[in-house]
Amino acid sequence: MSDSLTLPDCLPAALKNSLLALLPKQGLLTEIEELRPYECDGLSVYRQLPMAVCLPETVAQVQQILRLCYRYAIPVVARGAGTGLSGGALPLANGILLSLARFTRILEIDKENRLARVEPGVRNLAISEAVADLGLFYAPDPSSQIACTIGGNVAENSGGVHCLKYGLTLHNVQGLKVLTITGELLELGGDVLDSPGYDLLALMCGSEGLLAVIVEVTVRLLPKPKEVSVLMAAFESTEKAAAVVTDIIANGILPAGLEMMDQLAIQAAEDFVHVGYPTSAAALLLCELDGSIAEVASELECVEKLFFEAGATDIVIARDDRMRQRLWAGRKAAFPAVGRLSADYYCMDGTIPRHRLSTVLKQIKVWSEEYGLRVANVFHAGDGNLHPLILYDANQPGELAKTEAFGQKILELCVAVGGTVTGEHGVGIEKLDAMCSQFGADELAVYHGIKKAFDEQGLLNPGKAIPTLQRCAEFGAMHVHDGELSFPELERF
Amino acid sequence: MDADISIHLQEQIILAQARSTALAIVGSASKDFLGRRSRGQVLSVAGHCGIVSYDPTELVITARAGTPLRELQAALAEKGQMLPFDPPCYAAGGTFGGMIAAGLSGPRRPFAGSLRDAVLGLRCLDGQGRLLSFGGQVVKNVAGFDLSRLLSGSMGTLAVILEASLRVVPCAATEITLLQSCDQAAALTKMQRLACAALPLSAMAWQQGQLMVRLSGNQEAVSTVREEIGAVLMADDAAKAFWSGLRDQRLPFFSSSQPLWRLSLPAAAAPFDGDLIIDWGGAQRWLKSAATAADIRQLSRNMGGSADCFRGGDRDGEVYQPLAPALMALQQRIKQVFDPQGLFNRGRLYAALPGPC
Ligand SMILES: Cc1cc2nc3c(=O)[nH]c(=O)nc-3n(C[C@H](O)[C@H](O)[C@H](O)COP(=O)(O)OP(=O)(O)OC[C@H]3O[C@@H](n4cnc5c(N)ncnc54)[C@H](O)[C@@H]3O)c2cc1C
Repeated sequence: MSDSLTLPDCLPAALKNSLLALLPKQGLLTEIEELRPYECDGLSVYRQLPMAVCLPETVAQVQQILRLCYRYAIPVVARGAGTGLSGGALPLANGILLSLARFTRILEIDKENRLARVEPGVRNLAISEAVADLGLFYAPDPSSQIACTIGGNVAENSGGVHCLKYGLTLHNVQGLKVLTITGELLELGGDVLDSPGYDLLALMCGSEGLLAVIVEVTVRLLPKPKEVSVLMAAFESTEKAAAVVTDIIANGILPAGLEMMDQLAIQAAEDFVHVGYPTSAAALLLCELDGSIAEVASELECVEKLFFEAGATDIVIARDDRMRQRLWAGRKAAFPAVGRLSADYYCMDGTIPRHRLSTVLKQIKVWSEEYGLRVANVFHAGDGNLHPLILYDANQPGELAKTEAFGQKILELCVAVGGTVTGEHGVGIEKLDAMCSQFGADELAVYHGIKKAFDEQGLLNPGKAIPTLQRCAEFGAMHVHDGELSFPELERF
Repeated sequence: MDADISIHLQEQIILAQARSTALAIVGSASKDFLGRRSRGQVLSVAGHCGIVSYDPTELVITARAGTPLRELQAALAEKGQMLPFDPPCYAAGGTFGGMIAAGLSGPRRPFAGSLRDAVLGLRCLDGQGRLLSFGGQVVKNVAGFDLSRLLSGSMGTLAVILEASLRVVPCAATEITLLQSCDQAAALTKMQRLACAALPLSAMAWQQGQLMVRLSGNQEAVSTVREEIGAVLMADDAAKAFWSGLRDQRLPFFSSSQPLWRLSLPAAAAPFDGDLIIDWGGAQRWLKSAATAADIRQLSRNMGGSADCFRGGDRDGEVYQPLAPALMALQQRIKQVFDPQGLFNRGRLYAALPGPC
């Protein structure tokens, strides 16, 4: 995309002066070169420079910025680390980018109540590191955890490898302090397990910066399990691997993590980090079990038996830390590893009921051949959260458009089999059209109503997360109504 | 029994809307005592019942709002599964929809999550009779605002819940309860120590000088921990009766003419005098007291928590912890989105919901 297309509007002089007066030194960026690092998030196909970037250091400063923007009717996009994968933190040409990157303090660690109160710019991993000495950890662990912020995690309701057992961000956050666009500070939840009135804390999780700016987060900490084991099993077909995923759950076992990789992903990971993955396998499962020593031992035995019965061609059990790290290393490096195979890749994020894994993976394969685009699958199999990575080359004319069309088809399929267009990456700017296939006009109207209840003028991250009714009408995919389903050949339930 | 009466319910709402008739949404009336007194024409959801889908391997159940909670729990138990949050059954037992609208969780809550944690999606009718569907049947889902969880615990003041999907979990193979005599302060200290220790805990409560700790998991896990903790093993029947009695408020403690208060506090909040039971490892304390609402709320505020008048007392006053003005204004605007005419369960949650008309 050429520069001229992403140039922002001009920051009104009066607003600029007010911002300069309230922000610390180097807290206001307005030069094109300074703005450049903020032009996109992790979804770099979309780029836009904001009018200015604000880097406040105190809650009072954030409050003043919001009040000013409200007064001048200037849109505000909040940003944590910018690792989001749906363009949620993409700046607006007529807006301010509000970075929370300087809010990096851990305010309080409350061992007795097993809580940590932190600023929104604290990195996800930094929390677990800070409480490791106490034998505690913060459970949600997105693969981006060394970089992404807790504020961004709340805004996206992020998951991770361990959320099958320990839940998403929503399940592990107990309190928030947020600022509305008018600068009103609201306290939601706190050190207690529930709070009076409507559950606005739940509503904030996954609200993608549209409702309020998160300025403080109280997270729940868990004691570290005494024992952790990882099993790796190779299969000669993805169907077989998918079937065992269901079997494990059906046997009453809830693994800490249950991840799957297909052939292309296995090969890419092995070439990249050399951990000893069986590159001839069609599918690989990684199953982590944790708990007390006795518990892990008996579950391990059960899972091993299930793998064996399902015809696993290779089973490896990691009992020590080093071996465990090694088995996970390939999975954790899978995205960058796949990135080496192709100029670009596009990461999808639909979730489907577990028993549809096989059907959906098969269909993706068929389309992959039809479109002539390779797909690598690395995903959270235990909770049916798919991450097909479509390999393409943005420099080939038309290939991005083709990729997006393919991606859209995958998401529509996810909805058709009873799933959703986004499991953990959010809608952002990317999945607005896909939202039209999942929701009807009435639901969208309610979403817009909720947005208005918080932000009457529509100044917080406008245009993201919820498509306008008009957009859906033009897109022509409004809600898949019974009787006119988009995949009539598929069995329903 | 299986019946879909959503069209009928929709018609009643549209009629009520045309006539501005206040509606009182009722499942089985098992929680009539809960919340503020609210008047309105009864809208009975009990006839909208039946399990819509339940696939044990997906760990998800979808049922209509009028489904008796006991029936649903029996269906889960048959497959060795349960609702993770351990919902209370009052009186006749309650309905699935009433359970979600009330949003209550039992003794297992601190260890297995709350009701709203388990809600994956729901279908409802709003105050204009619009049929809405939020969330879905999968655990990981961030499409659209999380309105199914907003509706959980809203006491029927936003919409009529028609159907919901919840995450379920396998039942533990073994459950044992350990008993130890100790005073309140010692019990609270012990609870926090155990909670920090990566144990298969599933409930911790204290009553009348007795600390009860329940462990759930497989046989080996539970028995090793038992040796670690020490304490006396409670007889199975007595343990079961205690935990369900605590959950469903059938212990002798709960039969009293004094108002029953529910204090939601930081788990490690200090002990205090009073006729009380500690549940949720310290995070939920049931207090029988004739003291004024202001005094009790002051007490809980000082400890960083809140207090609701759960049973008895003045049901025309504010029974739930009053909200800060900015929060109340926001909740009124949210109410407006769902129920602009203020038809549903007027004032059941707060006198100011619906807001000034
Ligand atoms: C390599 C890689 C791997 C990833 N793996 C995972 C994974 O396993 N699981 C997963 O869930 N995600 C994953 N992600 C996605 C991403 O890391 C998460 O969405 C993360 O939570 C974003 O955090 P952030 O601080 O980077 O937020 P940003 O990208 O800066 O912002 C994300 C959204 O949150 C809003 N926002 C940010 N901070 C605030 C705030 N303080 N107040 C209000 N709104 C705010 C923004 O406006 C934007 O809409 C991955 C990304 C990458 C690049």
